[in-house]
Amino acid sequence: MLKVDNIDVYYGAIHAIKGVSIQVAKGEIVTLVGSNGAGKSTTLRTISGLLKPKNGTILFEDNHIEGMSAHKIVGMGLCQVPEGRRVFANMTVMENLELGAYLRSDKDEIAKDLEDVFKKFPRLLERKEQVSGTLSGGEQQMLAMGRALMGRPRLLLLDEPSMGLAPLLVKEIFHIIQEINESGTTVLLVEQNANMALSIADKAYVLETGRIALAGTAKELASSEAVRKAYLGG
Amino acid sequence: MDMGSFLHQFVQQLINGVSLGSIYALIALGYTMIYGIIKLINFAHGDIYMLGAYFGFVATTMLGLSFLPALVFAMAAAAVAGIVIERVAYRPMRNAPRIAILITAIGVSFFLEYGMILIATPQPRTFPAVFDATVYNVAGLVINSQQIVILGSALVLMAALTYIVNHTKAGKAMRAVSFDMDAAQLMGINIDKVISMTFALGSSLAAAAGVLVSIYYNSIDPLMGMMPGMKAFVAAVLGGIGIIPGAMLGGIIMGVVEAMVSGFFSSTFRDAAAFGILILILLYKPSGLLGKNIREKV
Ligand SMILES: Nc1ncnc2c1ncn2[C@@H]1O[C@H](COP(=O)(O)OP(=O)(O)O)[C@@H](O)[C@H]1O
Ligand SMILES: [Mg+2]
Repeated sequence: MLKVDNIDVYYGAIHAIKGVSIQVAKGEIVTLVGSNGAGKSTTLRTISGLLKPKNGTILFEDNHIEGMSAHKIVGMGLCQVPEGRRVFANMTVMENLELGAYLRSDKDEIAKDLEDVFKKFPRLLERKEQVSGTLSGGEQQMLAMGRALMGRPRLLLLDEPSMGLAPLLVKEIFHIIQEINESGTTVLLVEQNANMALSIADKAYVLETGRIALAGTAKELASSEAVRKAYLGG
Repeated sequence: MDMGSFLHQFVQQLINGVSLGSIYALIALGYTMIYGIIKLINFAHGDIYMLGAYFGFVATTMLGLSFLPALVFAMAAAAVAGIVIERVAYRPMRNAPRIAILITAIGVSFFLEYGMILIATPQPRTFPAVFDATVYNVAGLVINSQQIVILGSALVLMAALTYIVNHTKAGKAMRAVSFDMDAAQLMGINIDKVISMTFALGSSLAAAAGVLVSIYYNSIDPLMGMMPGMKAFVAAVLGGIGIIPGAMLGGIIMGVVEAMVSGFFSSTFRDAAAFGILILILLYKPSGLLGKNIREKV
């Protein structure tokens, strides 16, 4: 479904991503783990079209999307929940969700998806008219995920959804990610919390200073000595 | 001055000030919307107001249009001008350092001013009286029918803008881009389109202001946008740059202060008052009257 092939991404003179290749098959949860500054967000931002790779190709459902405008990529069914939630804090929960469906005009289906989002995140329904800047961190994460789902993505990119959340909430969020996946959405999950990520993923990549250091099934990596030492606290 | 005549003068200047202030508000809205979207102080914005006045002049003299069609014509033409300016001058600079874009804006301003001098000569022109100015005396207060038209038109336009921004899909997209450009793109919003629309809206409001003022003073010239442009910028900063209701409030306050200073002291101090406001606001509340920071919780 997604095939990132040997991309290089630069910030000015800084070579942030060096020949990274990632493959995600339809229906999978694939996770990209790595420590702070490894280049996880840069990779996702490049897939979403917010950054242009200098070399390499990105295929989404067999279409070249490298260098394509970000809004067009969303229109193809590839949505991202960015790091730090990035909800529109000056707008209500409802307005945020409506913006998630910005490119759609199928009113009835939008209403259905809205109902689905509220079923997944009942807390958002209670706070429908609340200005989203006043939500808690966990609620903002739910809103950011709900907003992305309103775009009906076939592939959903998630950038550190567990960041800054209490353990119980992290569990809840990961449970919902599994649910989203089970209902047919393919997921590429970026995490520093490798333990949690490996526990729900099919496949995993380990990113180290802009390069893929390890790749394999989530099971393999979870039991690998190197990964345990570096990312899973022994 | 006894209490009665003080009050009389006060109310009279309030009327003059609100009508003048609504003009500043219309121009300030463009500054604030464009700043809100691309963080650019568009120094050429006052010149769009001038362009609008000339478009209105063409519409009324050469095309023989009456007030409303001429106003719509000027607004539409200025909207196109705003879109073209953004596309040609600002868009290629979008990733350039802020100071480079600012200098570009000053260049665009000179281009419009001296371009218009080239086309229309520096001579002021008489703007035709598109409707008769009736002077009403209400309880000793002098109200000009033109003031009523100015205020009425400005209020209608501001109401329309508020509706567009708050209740249409395009308006929501504008607010989203202005809040977080990357997140907006991840919603599928085409930021180029939204930026074009913002320039179109801001420019058409400035053009409306240009036409309304020209009807009031019945004279236009290629440099007429400089002072109102500066003052409307101050009004936008006063209300809180980037905040739409702030531009409206700042404009009205600016107009009222100017009218009061003219009425009670001397019109010589009028401009000094405007820039005195800028200094005070920068000293005591740089984020503006309605400025506040909504922070994301993590
Ligand atoms: N806007 C930027 N400008 C310059 N360097 C950046 C920028 N964003 C990230 N970087 C650098 O790129 C590298 C990868 O960053 P990032 O992708 O955010 O890592 P991660 O998401 O894995 O924490 C880091 O060295 C970071 O300092
Ligand atoms: Mg990151």
